[in-house]
Amino acid sequence: MTKQSPPDTLRLVVDLNRCQNYGQCVYAAPTVFRFHGEESLEYDYAPGEAARREVERAAAACPVQAIALGAANEPSPLSAGSDR
Amino acid sequence: MRADRTVVVGASLAGLRAAEALRDEGFTGELTLIGDEPHEPYDRPPLSKAVLSGWLPADHTTLPRLRDIDAHWLLGTAATGLDVPGRQVVLADGRRIRYDRLLIATGTRARPWPEQAGGGLRGVHVLRGREDAERLRAALLAGPHRVLVIGAGFTGGEVASSCRDLGLAVTVTQRGAAPLASALGGVVGRAAADWYRDAGVDLRLNTTVRTLEGDSHGRLRRAVLSDGSTVEAEVAVVATGAVANTGWLAGSGLAVDDHGVTCDATCRVLTPDGAVVPEVFAAGDIARWPHPRYPGQLLRLDHWDNAVRQARTAAHNMAHGGHRVHQPLPAFWSNQFGVNCKSVGLPAIADQVVITQGTLAQRRFVAAYGRDGRLVAAVAVNSPRVLGGYAALIEAGAPFPPVLNAPDGPPQPTAVDAEFPRRSTAATAAATAATAATAATATAQRRPVMTAHP
Amino acid sequence: MTTTQLSPTDLFAQVMRYDNRADPYPCYALMRERPVARMENGTWLVSGYHEIAQLLHDPRISADRLNPQAPEPALRSLLVQDPPRHDRLRRLVTGEFIPRIMGMRDHIAELVDQLLDAHTGSGPGQLDVVTDLAYPLPVTVICELLGVPREDEPVFGALSRRLTLALDPVDSPTEEQIRDAQQARDQLLQYLEGLIQQRRAEPGDDLLSALMASGDDEGPMGPVDLRVTLVLLLIAGHETTVNLIANGTLALLRDPNVLARLRSDPDLATPLVEEVLRYDPPVQMSGRSTLADIDIAGTTIPKGSRLRIMLAAGNRDPRRFPDPDRFVPDRADNAHLGFGGGIHYCVGAALARAEAQLALTALANRLTAPRLVADPPPYRRNAALRGPEHLLVAYDRLTNR
Repeated sequence: MTKQSPPDTLRLVVDLNRCQNYGQCVYAAPTVFRFHGEESLEYDYAPGEAARREVERAAAACPVQAIALGAANEPSPLSAGSDR
Repeated sequence: MRADRTVVVGASLAGLRAAEALRDEGFTGELTLIGDEPHEPYDRPPLSKAVLSGWLPADHTTLPRLRDIDAHWLLGTAATGLDVPGRQVVLADGRRIRYDRLLIATGTRARPWPEQAGGGLRGVHVLRGREDAERLRAALLAGPHRVLVIGAGFTGGEVASSCRDLGLAVTVTQRGAAPLASALGGVVGRAAADWYRDAGVDLRLNTTVRTLEGDSHGRLRRAVLSDGSTVEAEVAVVATGAVANTGWLAGSGLAVDDHGVTCDATCRVLTPDGAVVPEVFAAGDIARWPHPRYPGQLLRLDHWDNAVRQARTAAHNMAHGGHRVHQPLPAFWSNQFGVNCKSVGLPAIADQVVITQGTLAQRRFVAAYGRDGRLVAAVAVNSPRVLGGYAALIEAGAPFPPVLNAPDGPPQPTAVDAEFPRRSTAATAAATAATAATAATATAQRRPVMTAHP
Repeated sequence: MTTTQLSPTDLFAQVMRYDNRADPYPCYALMRERPVARMENGTWLVSGYHEIAQLLHDPRISADRLNPQAPEPALRSLLVQDPPRHDRLRRLVTGEFIPRIMGMRDHIAELVDQLLDAHTGSGPGQLDVVTDLAYPLPVTVICELLGVPREDEPVFGALSRRLTLALDPVDSPTEEQIRDAQQARDQLLQYLEGLIQQRRAEPGDDLLSALMASGDDEGPMGPVDLRVTLVLLLIAGHETTVNLIANGTLALLRDPNVLARLRSDPDLATPLVEEVLRYDPPVQMSGRSTLADIDIAGTTIPKGSRLRIMLAAGNRDPRRFPDPDRFVPDRADNAHLGFGGGIHYCVGAALARAEAQLALTALANRLTAPRLVADPPPYRRNAALRGPEHLLVAYDRLTNR
């Protein structure tokens, strides 16, 4: 779990090969996941911290465990810094 | 394991997952990720769908970090050269980054429209990266009277579908006799043509674009088609395939060309004479390798799933000097026109196809593909929950046509010619067809490219 | 690997024996030594995780044909139907059912608290978690959803139980059993008939009225489909979530660490309920049949065979779950089979999850020093829809919300 993450670092990705569109994520977190058409899942990769609890419910409920949660970032800076 | 320097060139899906897998595998040395785009790794599939239709902002596609990788990030920094004997990556700003192990994961880019045929006009777009999607989104919001999509492969279909969601008039040209025909064959392709037409797309089959024409301000105005007709459009999206980002490897002494980087089944890159370069690996869209399931050819898969899995295999072998073989069952998906289309196996190598469940007309069906009496692929349209059963059959080498007796199957399933365009037994010919034809995409090509084993 | 002296037939009989109801898991472990095995009566036991997962997604499998428990084809709910009829009915049902349950969390939490409020007091006491919470909660919810009068519950609650007994996988149900199940079904249908007539005259905003009005380009939901769907929803609302909540309570109270962790972290309820669905699932097994020869696990199941899909056995398969006999409340990668899989995946899964998460959280938070009065508790007869008949929990105090 990533509860200690700083604000607004919630990121997620769905393995849509594994996904079989059971829809449990849509039911658990309807602001983050949606169906576009009958069997096509769309989702927000960066829904914001306010959605964390719903997203964790969605990830836990996925029957094929296709939802991966992670952090936005890691401490090291994004830079064109010098080679060491 | 030696704590040494590993450099990953290409900071997209394959590069990021490889870096994570390296740490998972216990690599404790110095890790550097080099990416030419200024963004953190993001996911491309939604660009042609949820981003284009406006549901998802383009910057909401950033991939999660599944673990801390403690890496040096060199983003917005293109690699321009590779010195294999000196073990150095050359950057655009002249810096040289030393490595003990290198992973090449620079992927592909959209094939551009030729300059001499109007490729430089404003209003002509490709769709591969986040900026491409943002530019195209802005162009669509400006309310063009018509959008021209060149190519009815997966990306072309997804773009056309998003345009229809926005209420825009769309013309799609397709070189072949049906959309998706080179990826899924003519039988399923004809069903896909109905998806286009029922959505209100002006679909022009067996038609190519001869040239794009602009006004005096350099803005796209119309396209002249191969049948001599013209289509008035202010926006054109070129979805005619992808070319490998191998330019920076020119002169490196590795086996590279526009089709990709050739490696062995353990992801180790080869020289043109077939010698292994033990410290250089490749993964993702750029890698061509001999998949044990498909002997006698090199496979390149522009698939999301392949990028992730090949990255893991490469990372394992990089970290441990191992010889794990990359031999996944190919799999991809596409969502267009409200239709979810998923595939396992390699449809494009099939000679026959049979509808085993549902009906083409209902947009809810499974097509099973066979070659030489073996099941080699299955495509499930709006039927994602049965595909796993077919995957198991393919992996078990089940006979074709499969005896399923599925309750929603036709009473007498009949295998027919899968109708792949320009099929040839010569693998090189197939490769030519693959690159020249239509199915290639901007966000993911999803069609295997096969070339003869060198 | 050890080999057992017991045949597949014996092992299944052991699972069905009431003596083993409280803990069938050692039998399942023996069963998994042969993950696909034929019993003497020709039915095949499938007990390995991967084999179950594969068959649940296999197009050569039917939920309809050869099902000895299924009523005549016209009266089959989507649970025992095949595509395409199944797919259409499921679309119609989920189209009305799911939107109604999506915003229900707060209301369910309120119902849980109301049920517990009845026992609030200053001193020690006892709760029957089954009759005081696990049963009335889902029943109230499904009655509210459907628009079925809660005061009629004793009538159709008893009918539901008689019907459920007939759902257990008995090879040769006695004539009496068959007759009793038919009678219960007829009486339930008759009861529903009255409600349908009433809604026809005076439609409401409930699920029943919505299902009556539902349809697609093939037309409205047929009258028979409507009735069997209502029976299914009522039974599912009565006989499954009750076991999920009760089994979850058992897991909480058998391990003080689990209880303590849930108290300190209410979000733990989310993965914890998934672990209950794996470790001790309310639906232990399911029936299917084969429409073609199927090669699996080194053997061939012939076309026309009956299958017993042993979901609860697959959930403890060490080839899939590390340390499978341990209850790990935050288990990762928990792709359990508790709600089945494939096209018949439980329609009410989201509702059951919400009810169980909220009920278990409230029990953990409001009971001081809860402990099981009897362990194991007395179990209901059913082996397939398995759970405690009663679950007495003693506590020092039941606090206010």
